[in-house]
Amino acid sequence: MSLLEVNDLHVRYGAIQALRGVTLYVDEGEIVGLIGVNGAGKSTTILSVLGVVRPLRGEITFRGQSLVGQTPEAIVRKGIAPVMEGRRIFPSLTIEENLRLGAAIRTDRERVQADLDRWCAFFPVLGERLRQPAGNLSGGQQQMLAVARALMSSPNLLLMDEPSLGLAPRLVAEVFNLIVQLRELGVTILLVEQNVRMTLDIVSRAYLLNTGQVEFSGTPAEIRQQADIERAYLGGGARPIGQPAVAPGGAS
Amino acid sequence: MDAINDGIQYLISSLSLGGLYALMALGLVIVYGILRLVNFAYGELVMIGGYGLLLFGDSPLPWIMVALLSVIVAVIAGVLMERIAFRPVRDSSPTTMLITSFALSTLLQSVALLTVSPRPRAPRLPSIFVESFTIGGLQIKIVDLIGIIIGVLALVALTVFLRRTVIGLALRAAADDFTMTRLLGVPANRVIAAAFAISGLMAGIVALFWIGRTGQTYPTVGLQPVLIAFIASVVGGMESLRGAVLGGYVLGFLTMGLQTWLPQGVNNYRDAVMFGIVIVVLLLRPQGLIRPAYSREVR
Repeated sequence: MSLLEVNDLHVRYGAIQALRGVTLYVDEGEIVGLIGVNGAGKSTTILSVLGVVRPLRGEITFRGQSLVGQTPEAIVRKGIAPVMEGRRIFPSLTIEENLRLGAAIRTDRERVQADLDRWCAFFPVLGERLRQPAGNLSGGQQQMLAVARALMSSPNLLLMDEPSLGLAPRLVAEVFNLIVQLRELGVTILLVEQNVRMTLDIVSRAYLLNTGQVEFSGTPAEIRQQADIERAYLGGGARPIGQPAVAPGGAS
Repeated sequence: MDAINDGIQYLISSLSLGGLYALMALGLVIVYGILRLVNFAYGELVMIGGYGLLLFGDSPLPWIMVALLSVIVAVIAGVLMERIAFRPVRDSSPTTMLITSFALSTLLQSVALLTVSPRPRAPRLPSIFVESFTIGGLQIKIVDLIGIIIGVLALVALTVFLRRTVIGLALRAAADDFTMTRLLGVPANRVIAAAFAISGLMAGIVALFWIGRTGQTYPTVGLQPVLIAFIASVVGGMESLRGAVLGGYVLGFLTMGLQTWLPQGVNNYRDAVMFGIVIVVLLLRPQGLIRPAYSREVR
Protein backbone atom coordinates (compact mmCIF):
# COMPACT_ATOMS: atom_id res chain seq x y z
CA MET A 1 0.00 0.00 0.00
CA SER A 2 1.38 3.34 -1.02
CA LEU A 3 1.05 6.54 0.99
CA LEU A 4 -1.15 8.18 -1.63
CA GLU A 5 -3.02 6.27 -4.31
CA VAL A 6 -5.13 7.84 -7.03
CA ASN A 7 -7.10 5.41 -9.12
CA ASP A 8 -8.97 6.10 -12.38
CA LEU A 9 -9.81 9.69 -11.42
CA HIS A 10 -12.34 11.54 -13.60
CA VAL A 11 -13.13 15.23 -13.11
CA ARG A 12 -15.45 17.39 -15.15
CA TYR A 13 -15.87 21.18 -15.01
CA GLY A 14 -19.19 21.77 -16.73
CA ALA A 15 -18.66 20.71 -20.32
CA ILE A 16 -14.91 20.34 -19.94
CA GLN A 17 -13.54 16.93 -19.05
CA ALA A 18 -10.47 17.93 -17.04
CA LEU A 19 -9.33 14.45 -15.97
CA ARG A 20 -10.04 11.19 -17.82
CA GLY A 21 -8.84 8.36 -15.66
CA VAL A 22 -5.68 9.50 -13.89
CA THR A 23 -3.92 6.80 -11.88
CA LEU A 24 -0.82 7.42 -9.79
CA TYR A 25 0.77 6.61 -6.46
CA VAL A 26 3.31 8.18 -4.12
CA ASP A 27 5.39 6.12 -1.72
CA GLU A 28 6.80 7.36 1.56
CA GLY A 29 10.06 9.29 1.15
CA GLU A 30 9.60 9.83 -2.57
CA ILE A 31 9.48 13.01 -4.56
CA VAL A 32 7.08 12.39 -7.41
CA GLY A 33 6.71 14.86 -10.27
CA LEU A 34 3.44 15.62 -12.01
CA ILE A 35 4.42 17.35 -15.21
CA GLY A 36 2.77 18.53 -18.40
CA VAL A 37 1.70 21.65 -20.22
CA ASN A 38 -0.82 24.17 -18.99
CA GLY A 39 -4.30 22.66 -18.84
CA ALA A 40 -3.08 19.07 -18.77
CA GLY A 41 -4.89 18.46 -15.47
CA LYS A 42 -2.02 18.71 -13.01
CA SER A 43 -3.64 21.23 -10.67
CA THR A 44 -7.02 19.51 -10.98
CA THR A 45 -5.41 16.32 -9.71
CA ILE A 46 -3.99 18.15 -6.69
CA LEU A 47 -7.28 19.93 -6.00
CA SER A 48 -9.14 16.61 -6.15
CA VAL A 49 -6.78 15.06 -3.61
CA LEU A 50 -7.40 18.06 -1.35
CA GLY A 51 -11.17 17.81 -1.68
CA VAL A 52 -11.52 21.25 -3.24
CA VAL A 53 -12.74 19.66 -6.47
CA ARG A 54 -15.25 16.78 -6.36
CA PRO A 55 -14.33 14.00 -8.78
CA LEU A 56 -16.93 12.50 -11.11
CA ARG A 57 -15.61 9.05 -10.29
CA GLY A 58 -12.43 7.36 -9.22
CA GLU A 59 -10.79 6.65 -5.92
CA ILE A 60 -8.24 8.54 -3.86
CA THR A 61 -6.75 6.91 -0.78
CA PHE A 62 -4.24 8.16 1.76
CA ARG A 63 -2.72 5.43 3.96
CA GLY A 64 -5.51 3.19 2.74
CA GLN A 65 -8.32 5.57 3.78
CA SER A 66 -10.58 7.04 1.11
CA LEU A 67 -10.46 10.83 0.72
CA VAL A 68 -13.26 11.22 -1.82
CA GLY A 69 -16.20 13.25 -0.51
CA GLN A 70 -14.35 14.58 2.52
CA THR A 71 -13.96 18.28 3.27
CA PRO A 72 -10.59 19.96 2.65
CA GLU A 73 -10.10 20.53 6.37
CA ALA A 74 -10.69 16.85 7.15
CA ILE A 75 -8.26 15.80 4.43
CA VAL A 76 -5.40 18.04 5.52
CA ARG A 77 -5.93 16.90 9.10
CA LYS A 78 -4.90 13.41 7.96
CA GLY A 79 -1.41 14.73 7.26
CA ILE A 80 -1.49 16.25 3.77
CA ALA A 81 -0.17 19.81 3.52
CA PRO A 82 -0.64 21.89 0.40
CA VAL A 83 1.65 24.55 -1.05
CA MET A 84 -0.82 26.11 -3.42
CA GLU A 85 -0.26 27.77 -6.75
CA GLY A 86 0.19 31.51 -6.27
CA ARG A 87 1.60 30.91 -2.77
CA ARG A 88 -1.63 31.97 -1.05
CA ILE A 89 0.02 33.36 2.07
CA PHE A 90 -2.07 35.60 4.34
CA PRO A 91 -0.69 39.06 3.51
CA SER A 92 -2.26 40.99 6.38
CA LEU A 93 -1.00 38.53 9.00
CA THR A 94 2.56 38.60 10.27
CA ILE A 95 5.03 35.95 9.19
CA GLU A 96 4.84 34.35 12.62
CA GLU A 97 1.02 34.30 12.48
CA ASN A 98 1.17 32.64 9.07
CA LEU A 99 3.48 29.97 10.45
CA ARG A 100 1.40 29.42 13.57
CA LEU A 101 -1.73 28.96 11.49
CA GLY A 102 0.17 26.34 9.54
CA ALA A 103 0.21 24.38 12.80
CA ALA A 104 -3.50 25.03 13.47
CA ILE A 105 -4.28 21.29 13.43
CA ARG A 106 -1.64 20.45 16.03
CA THR A 107 -2.14 20.44 19.77
CA ASP A 108 1.43 19.66 20.91
CA ARG A 109 2.40 23.21 21.79
CA GLU A 110 6.03 22.63 22.70
CA ARG A 111 6.73 20.68 19.54
CA VAL A 112 5.04 23.42 17.50
CA GLN A 113 7.34 25.99 19.08
CA ALA A 114 10.32 23.71 18.39
CA ASP A 115 9.25 23.38 14.75
CA LEU A 116 8.79 27.13 14.48
CA ASP A 117 12.35 27.66 15.69
CA ARG A 118 13.58 24.90 13.41
CA TRP A 119 12.03 26.31 10.24
CA CYS A 120 13.03 29.85 11.16
CA ALA A 121 16.60 28.62 11.33
CA PHE A 122 16.11 26.77 8.05
CA PHE A 123 14.67 29.92 6.40
CA PRO A 124 16.64 32.74 8.06
CA VAL A 125 14.90 35.33 5.90
CA LEU A 126 11.64 34.43 7.67
CA GLY A 127 13.15 34.07 11.12
CA GLU A 128 14.57 37.57 10.99
CA ARG A 129 11.24 39.17 10.13
CA LEU A 130 8.69 37.25 12.20
CA ARG A 131 6.71 40.33 13.25
CA GLN A 132 6.39 41.87 9.81
CA PRO A 133 3.28 41.54 7.66
CA ALA A 134 3.75 38.68 5.22
CA GLY A 135 2.54 40.94 2.42
CA ASN A 136 5.82 42.85 2.67
CA LEU A 137 7.83 39.82 1.54
CA SER A 138 9.05 39.48 -2.04
CA GLY A 139 7.65 36.77 -4.28
CA GLY A 140 10.48 34.35 -3.59
CA GLN A 141 10.29 34.93 0.15
CA GLN A 142 6.53 34.42 0.05
CA GLN A 143 7.16 31.05 -1.59
CA MET A 144 9.53 30.17 1.25
CA LEU A 145 6.82 31.18 3.71
CA ALA A 146 4.20 29.08 1.91
CA VAL A 147 6.50 26.05 2.14
CA ALA A 148 7.43 26.72 5.76
CA ARG A 149 3.76 27.19 6.66
CA ALA A 150 2.93 23.81 5.10
CA LEU A 151 5.82 22.16 6.96
CA MET A 152 4.55 23.59 10.26
CA SER A 153 1.73 21.04 10.20
CA SER A 154 4.37 18.30 10.33
CA PRO A 155 2.82 16.62 7.28
CA ASN A 156 3.28 13.11 5.92
CA LEU A 157 2.85 14.38 2.39
CA LEU A 158 3.54 17.77 0.87
CA LEU A 159 1.57 18.73 -2.24
CA MET A 160 3.35 21.47 -4.16
CA ASP A 161 1.46 23.13 -6.99
CA GLU A 162 3.72 25.07 -9.37
CA PRO A 163 6.09 26.44 -6.71
CA SER A 164 8.33 28.04 -9.35
CA LEU A 165 5.55 29.79 -11.25
CA GLY A 166 5.97 33.55 -11.56
CA LEU A 167 9.41 33.65 -9.96
CA ALA A 168 12.59 35.10 -11.45
CA PRO A 169 15.00 32.46 -12.81
CA ARG A 170 17.41 32.82 -9.91
CA LEU A 171 14.57 32.26 -7.47
CA VAL A 172 13.32 29.27 -9.45
CA ALA A 173 16.71 27.64 -8.89
CA GLU A 174 16.41 28.48 -5.21
CA VAL A 175 13.00 26.83 -4.96
CA PHE A 176 14.30 23.66 -6.61
CA ASN A 177 17.28 23.70 -4.29
CA LEU A 178 14.87 23.88 -1.39
CA ILE A 179 12.96 20.84 -2.66
CA VAL A 180 16.25 18.91 -2.89
CA GLN A 181 16.99 19.88 0.71
CA LEU A 182 13.54 18.74 1.79
CA ARG A 183 14.11 15.45 -0.04
CA GLU A 184 17.23 14.95 2.05
CA LEU A 185 15.18 15.57 5.19
CA GLY A 186 12.92 12.72 4.12
CA VAL A 187 9.82 14.78 3.27
CA THR A 188 7.46 13.06 0.85
CA ILE A 189 6.42 15.41 -1.95
CA LEU A 190 4.06 15.33 -4.90
CA LEU A 191 5.39 18.12 -7.08
CA VAL A 192 3.32 19.70 -9.84
CA GLU A 193 5.50 21.63 -12.27
CA GLN A 194 5.61 23.04 -15.76
CA ASN A 195 9.38 23.31 -15.54
CA VAL A 196 9.91 19.78 -16.82
CA ARG A 197 13.67 19.71 -17.09
CA MET A 198 14.38 20.95 -13.58
CA THR A 199 11.69 18.69 -12.17
CA LEU A 200 13.18 15.61 -13.81
CA ASP A 201 16.51 16.54 -12.25
CA ILE A 202 15.24 16.11 -8.71
CA VAL A 203 12.33 13.60 -8.63
CA SER A 204 12.49 9.86 -8.15
CA ARG A 205 9.56 9.25 -10.51
CA ALA A 206 7.29 11.39 -12.62
CA TYR A 207 3.94 11.29 -14.39
CA LEU A 208 3.48 13.19 -17.61
CA LEU A 209 -0.11 14.38 -17.97
CA ASN A 210 -1.64 15.32 -21.28
CA THR A 211 -5.27 16.38 -21.77
CA GLY A 212 -6.34 14.80 -18.53
CA GLN A 213 -4.59 11.46 -18.91
CA VAL A 214 -1.28 10.01 -17.78
CA GLU A 215 0.62 9.84 -21.04
CA PHE A 216 3.74 8.41 -19.57
CA SER A 217 5.16 7.57 -16.17
CA GLY A 218 8.47 6.29 -14.91
CA THR A 219 11.87 7.34 -13.67
CA PRO A 220 13.42 10.53 -15.05
CA ALA A 221 15.75 8.39 -17.15
CA GLU A 222 12.85 6.50 -18.67
CA ILE A 223 11.01 9.70 -19.41
CA ARG A 224 14.02 11.34 -20.99
CA GLN A 225 14.29 8.38 -23.35
CA GLN A 226 10.99 9.30 -24.90
CA ALA A 227 12.30 11.21 -27.84
CA ASP A 228 8.99 12.81 -28.68
CA ILE A 229 8.70 14.14 -25.16
CA GLU A 230 12.19 15.59 -25.49
CA ARG A 231 11.04 17.31 -28.62
CA ALA A 232 7.74 18.49 -27.27
CA TYR A 233 8.66 19.61 -23.79
CA LEU A 234 12.41 19.81 -23.31
CA GLY A 235 13.60 21.14 -26.64
CA GLY A 236 14.91 24.63 -27.17
CA GLY A 237 13.39 27.17 -24.87
CA ALA A 238 11.95 24.89 -22.23
CA ARG A 239 14.61 25.88 -19.75
CA PRO A 240 14.69 29.61 -18.98
CA ILE A 241 17.71 31.15 -20.62
CA GLY A 242 20.96 31.20 -18.69
CA GLN A 243 19.64 29.00 -15.94
CA PRO A 244 21.67 26.05 -14.70
CA ALA A 245 20.12 22.78 -13.69
CA VAL A 246 20.08 22.27 -9.95
CA ALA A 247 21.13 18.77 -9.09
CA PRO A 248 24.33 17.25 -10.43
CA GLY A 249 23.90 14.62 -13.12
CA GLY A 250 21.04 16.44 -14.81
CA ALA A 251 20.63 16.25 -18.54
CA SER A 252 22.88 18.72 -20.21
CA MET B 1 -14.74 79.52 27.98
CA ASP B 2 -18.05 78.65 26.42
CA ALA B 3 -16.34 77.70 23.20
CA ILE B 4 -13.98 75.34 25.02
CA ASN B 5 -16.85 73.81 26.95
CA ASP B 6 -18.79 73.34 23.74
CA GLY B 7 -15.76 71.69 22.22
CA ILE B 8 -15.33 69.24 25.10
CA GLN B 9 -19.04 68.52 25.12
CA TYR B 10 -18.89 67.84 21.41
CA LEU B 11 -15.84 65.60 21.81
CA ILE B 12 -17.48 63.50 24.52
CA SER B 13 -20.78 63.01 22.73
CA SER B 14 -19.02 62.30 19.43
CA LEU B 15 -16.69 59.73 20.97
CA SER B 16 -19.66 58.05 22.59
CA LEU B 17 -21.78 57.99 19.43
CA GLY B 18 -18.76 57.12 17.28
CA GLY B 19 -17.90 54.18 19.51
CA LEU B 20 -21.44 52.92 19.18
CA TYR B 21 -21.31 53.30 15.39
CA ALA B 22 -17.92 51.56 15.29
CA LEU B 23 -19.36 48.54 17.12
CA MET B 24 -22.30 48.49 14.70
CA ALA B 25 -19.94 48.52 11.73
CA LEU B 26 -17.65 45.86 13.21
CA GLY B 27 -20.53 43.43 13.60
CA LEU B 28 -21.30 43.80 9.91
CA VAL B 29 -17.73 43.76 8.59
CA ILE B 30 -16.57 40.71 10.58
CA VAL B 31 -19.05 38.59 8.63
CA TYR B 32 -18.49 40.40 5.34
CA GLY B 33 -14.73 39.83 5.55
CA ILE B 34 -15.22 36.08 5.51
CA LEU B 35 -18.37 35.38 3.53
CA ARG B 36 -18.52 38.50 1.33
CA LEU B 37 -22.04 38.83 2.63
CA VAL B 38 -23.56 42.14 3.75
CA ASN B 39 -25.92 40.69 6.32
CA PHE B 40 -28.88 43.06 6.34
CA ALA B 41 -30.55 40.90 8.98
CA TYR B 42 -27.85 42.22 11.33
CA GLY B 43 -30.29 44.96 12.39
CA GLU B 44 -32.68 42.28 13.58
CA LEU B 45 -30.01 41.01 15.96
CA VAL B 46 -30.13 44.47 17.52
CA MET B 47 -33.93 44.16 17.59
CA ILE B 48 -33.70 40.76 19.29
CA GLY B 49 -31.31 42.27 21.85
CA GLY B 50 -33.90 45.01 22.41
CA TYR B 51 -36.72 42.57 23.00
CA GLY B 52 -34.38 40.68 25.31
CA LEU B 53 -34.20 43.85 27.41
CA LEU B 54 -37.98 44.04 27.40
CA LEU B 55 -38.47 40.37 28.32
CA PHE B 56 -35.84 40.09 31.03
CA GLY B 57 -36.65 43.61 32.25
CA ASP B 58 -40.03 42.31 33.46
CA SER B 59 -38.23 40.00 35.87
CA PRO B 60 -36.92 41.21 39.22
CA LEU B 61 -33.32 40.65 38.10
CA PRO B 62 -30.89 43.53 38.56
CA TRP B 63 -30.48 45.49 35.35
CA ILE B 64 -26.88 44.46 34.75
CA MET B 65 -28.09 40.84 34.60
CA VAL B 66 -30.88 41.88 32.26
CA ALA B 67 -28.30 43.52 29.98
CA LEU B 68 -26.01 40.50 30.11
CA LEU B 69 -28.83 38.07 29.27
CA SER B 70 -29.97 40.27 26.37
CA VAL B 71 -26.46 40.30 24.91
CA ILE B 72 -26.23 36.51 25.28
CA VAL B 73 -29.56 36.14 23.48
CA ALA B 74 -28.26 38.29 20.63
CA VAL B 75 -25.10 36.13 20.38
CA ILE B 76 -27.17 32.94 20.28
CA ALA B 77 -29.47 34.50 17.68
CA GLY B 78 -26.42 35.38 15.56
CA VAL B 79 -25.09 31.84 15.65
CA LEU B 80 -28.53 30.35 14.93
CA MET B 81 -29.02 32.78 12.06
CA GLU B 82 -25.92 31.39 10.36
CA ARG B 83 -26.76 27.78 11.13
CA ILE B 84 -30.37 27.89 9.96
CA ALA B 85 -30.49 30.54 7.24
CA PHE B 86 -27.05 31.07 5.71
CA ARG B 87 -25.31 27.71 5.89
CA PRO B 88 -27.72 26.02 3.46
CA VAL B 89 -27.07 28.74 0.83
CA ARG B 90 -23.39 29.28 1.55
CA ASP B 91 -22.21 27.68 -1.67
CA SER B 92 -24.68 29.60 -3.82
CA SER B 93 -24.03 32.95 -5.46
CA PRO B 94 -23.40 36.07 -3.36
CA THR B 95 -26.72 37.42 -4.63
CA THR B 96 -28.56 34.44 -3.16
CA MET B 97 -26.96 35.09 0.21
CA LEU B 98 -27.82 38.78 0.03
CA ILE B 99 -31.46 38.06 -0.78
CA THR B 100 -31.53 35.49 2.02
CA SER B 101 -30.41 38.21 4.41
CA PHE B 102 -33.23 40.53 3.24
CA ALA B 103 -35.77 37.74 3.56
CA LEU B 104 -34.53 36.90 7.03
CA SER B 105 -34.68 40.55 8.04
CA THR B 106 -38.30 40.88 6.92
CA LEU B 107 -39.24 37.56 8.48
CA LEU B 108 -37.82 38.45 11.88
CA GLN B 109 -39.50 41.87 11.82
CA SER B 110 -42.83 40.21 11.05
CA VAL B 111 -42.38 37.71 13.83
CA ALA B 112 -41.76 40.55 16.29
CA LEU B 113 -44.74 42.41 14.89
CA LEU B 114 -47.10 39.46 15.29
CA THR B 115 -45.87 38.00 18.57
CA VAL B 116 -45.07 41.13 20.54
CA SER B 117 -46.60 44.31 19.21
CA PRO B 118 -46.25 46.71 16.31
CA ARG B 119 -46.09 49.56 18.83
CA PRO B 120 -42.91 50.75 20.53
CA ARG B 121 -42.46 49.29 23.97
CA ALA B 122 -40.32 50.77 26.70
CA PRO B 123 -38.06 48.29 28.49
CA ARG B 124 -37.02 48.92 32.06
CA LEU B 125 -33.90 51.07 31.96
CA PRO B 126 -31.69 52.19 34.84
CA SER B 127 -31.50 55.88 35.63
CA ILE B 128 -27.92 56.16 34.36
CA PHE B 129 -29.33 56.48 30.85
CA VAL B 130 -30.91 59.83 31.66
CA GLU B 131 -28.74 61.21 34.47
CA SER B 132 -25.97 63.67 33.98
CA PHE B 133 -23.60 65.58 36.19
CA THR B 134 -22.04 69.01 36.04
CA ILE B 135 -18.37 69.62 36.37
CA GLY B 136 -16.86 73.07 35.91
CA GLY B 137 -19.86 74.34 33.96
CA LEU B 138 -19.75 71.22 31.81
CA GLN B 139 -22.83 69.03 31.68
CA ILE B 140 -21.87 65.43 31.01
CA LYS B 141 -24.28 62.55 30.45
CA ILE B 142 -23.29 59.45 32.36
CA VAL B 143 -24.39 57.26 29.46
CA ASP B 144 -21.89 59.03 27.20
CA LEU B 145 -19.01 58.22 29.52
CA ILE B 146 -20.12 54.60 29.86
CA GLY B 147 -20.57 54.43 26.11
CA ILE B 148 -17.01 55.65 25.49
CA ILE B 149 -15.59 53.15 27.98
CA ILE B 150 -17.61 50.19 26.70
CA GLY B 151 -16.75 51.09 23.10
CA VAL B 152 -13.02 51.18 23.82
CA LEU B 153 -13.17 48.04 25.97
CA ALA B 154 -15.01 46.12 23.26
CA LEU B 155 -12.49 47.21 20.63
CA VAL B 156 -9.53 46.24 22.81
CA ALA B 157 -11.08 42.89 23.73
CA LEU B 158 -11.83 42.11 20.09
CA THR B 159 -8.28 43.06 19.06
CA VAL B 160 -6.77 40.80 21.71
CA PHE B 161 -9.10 37.98 20.67
CA LEU B 162 -8.18 38.35 16.99
CA ARG B 163 -4.45 38.47 17.72
CA ARG B 164 -3.95 36.04 20.56
CA THR B 165 -6.28 33.11 19.91
CA VAL B 166 -6.09 30.47 17.21
CA ILE B 167 -9.70 31.02 16.19
CA GLY B 168 -9.04 34.78 16.08
CA LEU B 169 -6.04 34.21 13.85
CA ALA B 170 -8.14 31.94 11.68
CA LEU B 171 -10.82 34.64 11.40
CA ARG B 172 -8.28 37.18 10.15
CA ALA B 173 -6.72 34.63 7.82
CA ALA B 174 -10.13 33.68 6.47
CA ALA B 175 -10.76 37.33 5.61
CA ASP B 176 -7.56 37.22 3.54
CA ASP B 177 -8.18 33.85 1.89
CA PHE B 178 -10.93 31.59 3.16
CA THR B 179 -10.14 28.55 0.98
CA MET B 180 -6.49 28.58 2.02
CA THR B 181 -7.51 28.81 5.67
CA ARG B 182 -9.57 25.64 5.23
CA LEU B 183 -6.59 24.03 3.50
CA LEU B 184 -4.64 24.48 6.71
CA GLY B 185 -7.21 22.31 8.46
CA VAL B 186 -9.25 25.08 10.08
CA PRO B 187 -12.91 24.00 10.01
CA ALA B 188 -14.94 26.44 7.90
CA ASN B 189 -18.04 26.03 10.05
CA ARG B 190 -16.24 26.97 13.22
CA VAL B 191 -14.73 30.12 11.72
CA ILE B 192 -18.05 31.26 10.29
CA ALA B 193 -19.90 30.48 13.51
CA ALA B 194 -17.32 32.52 15.42
CA ALA B 195 -17.82 35.45 13.03
CA PHE B 196 -21.59 35.36 13.54
CA ALA B 197 -21.16 35.04 17.31
CA ILE B 198 -19.02 38.20 17.31
CA SER B 199 -21.58 39.87 15.07
CA GLY B 200 -24.31 38.96 17.57
CA LEU B 201 -22.16 40.21 20.46
CA MET B 202 -21.71 43.58 18.77
CA ALA B 203 -25.44 43.77 18.00
CA GLY B 204 -26.25 42.95 21.63
CA ILE B 205 -23.99 45.69 22.98
CA VAL B 206 -25.32 48.11 20.39
CA ALA B 207 -28.89 47.23 21.44
CA LEU B 208 -28.18 48.25 25.04
CA PHE B 209 -27.01 51.71 24.08
CA TRP B 210 -29.19 52.32 21.04
CA ILE B 211 -32.35 51.40 22.91
CA GLY B 212 -30.97 53.02 26.05
CA ARG B 213 -30.77 56.30 24.11
CA THR B 214 -34.28 56.23 22.70
CA GLY B 215 -35.91 54.26 25.50
CA GLN B 216 -38.00 52.22 23.08
CA THR B 217 -37.89 48.96 21.21
CA TYR B 218 -40.09 48.06 18.22
CA PRO B 219 -40.00 45.61 15.27
CA THR B 220 -38.03 47.90 12.97
CA VAL B 221 -35.68 49.26 15.62
CA GLY B 222 -32.73 47.58 13.87
CA LEU B 223 -33.24 49.40 10.59
CA GLN B 224 -31.26 52.50 11.44
CA PRO B 225 -28.36 50.68 13.13
CA VAL B 226 -27.83 48.41 10.13
CA LEU B 227 -27.97 51.40 7.78
CA ILE B 228 -25.44 53.29 9.88
CA ALA B 229 -23.23 50.20 10.13
CA PHE B 230 -23.35 49.78 6.37
CA ILE B 231 -22.50 53.41 5.64
CA ALA B 232 -19.76 53.50 8.27
CA SER B 233 -18.12 50.37 6.90
CA VAL B 234 -18.37 51.58 3.30
CA VAL B 235 -16.83 54.91 4.28
CA GLY B 236 -14.10 53.26 6.34
CA GLY B 237 -13.41 50.47 3.89
CA MET B 238 -15.39 47.23 3.77
CA GLU B 239 -12.22 45.14 3.61
CA SER B 240 -10.76 45.87 7.02
CA LEU B 241 -11.90 45.91 10.61
CA ARG B 242 -9.81 48.99 11.23
CA GLY B 243 -11.71 50.66 8.42
CA ALA B 244 -15.02 49.81 10.08
CA VAL B 245 -13.89 51.34 13.37
CA LEU B 246 -12.58 54.46 11.66
CA GLY B 247 -15.76 54.78 9.60
CA GLY B 248 -17.86 54.48 12.75
CA TYR B 249 -16.01 57.26 14.52
CA VAL B 250 -15.98 59.49 11.44
CA LEU B 251 -19.73 59.09 11.12
CA GLY B 252 -20.20 59.74 14.84
CA PHE B 253 -18.19 62.97 14.75
CA LEU B 254 -19.96 64.02 11.56
CA THR B 255 -23.44 63.41 12.95
CA MET B 256 -22.72 65.24 16.18
CA GLY B 257 -20.94 68.06 14.38
CA LEU B 258 -23.86 68.68 12.06
CA GLN B 259 -26.32 68.45 14.93
CA THR B 260 -24.35 70.97 16.95
CA TRP B 261 -23.39 73.50 14.36
CA LEU B 262 -25.94 73.39 11.56
CA PRO B 263 -28.10 76.53 11.73
CA GLN B 264 -31.53 76.02 13.26
CA GLY B 265 -33.45 76.19 10.01
CA VAL B 266 -31.47 73.49 8.15
CA ASN B 267 -31.20 71.06 11.06
CA ASN B 268 -33.90 68.93 9.51
CA TYR B 269 -31.56 68.32 6.62
CA ARG B 270 -28.85 66.89 8.88
CA ASP B 271 -29.00 63.40 7.36
CA ALA B 272 -29.14 64.79 3.85
CA VAL B 273 -26.03 66.89 4.47
CA MET B 274 -24.30 63.92 6.09
CA PHE B 275 -25.02 61.57 3.21
CA GLY B 276 -23.87 64.33 0.84
CA ILE B 277 -20.51 64.36 2.63
CA VAL B 278 -20.39 60.55 2.51
CA ILE B 279 -20.92 60.67 -1.25
CA VAL B 280 -18.07 63.15 -1.62
CA VAL B 281 -15.78 60.93 0.47
CA LEU B 282 -16.64 57.94 -1.69
CA LEU B 283 -16.09 59.91 -4.89
CA LEU B 284 -12.59 60.76 -3.69
CA ARG B 285 -11.84 57.34 -2.20
CA PRO B 286 -14.17 54.74 -3.71
CA GLN B 287 -12.58 51.93 -1.67
CA GLY B 288 -13.14 53.72 1.60
CA LEU B 289 -10.73 55.57 3.84
CA ILE B 290 -8.66 52.49 4.64
CA ARG B 291 -7.97 50.15 1.79
CA PRO B 292 -6.16 46.87 2.35
CA ALA B 293 -2.41 47.32 2.20
CA TYR B 294 -2.07 44.32 -0.07
CA SER B 295 -4.04 43.40 -3.10
CA ARG B 296 -6.18 40.34 -2.68
CA GLU B 297 -5.18 37.22 -4.57
CA VAL B 298 -7.70 36.36 -7.23
CA ARG B 299 -9.47 33.19 -6.22
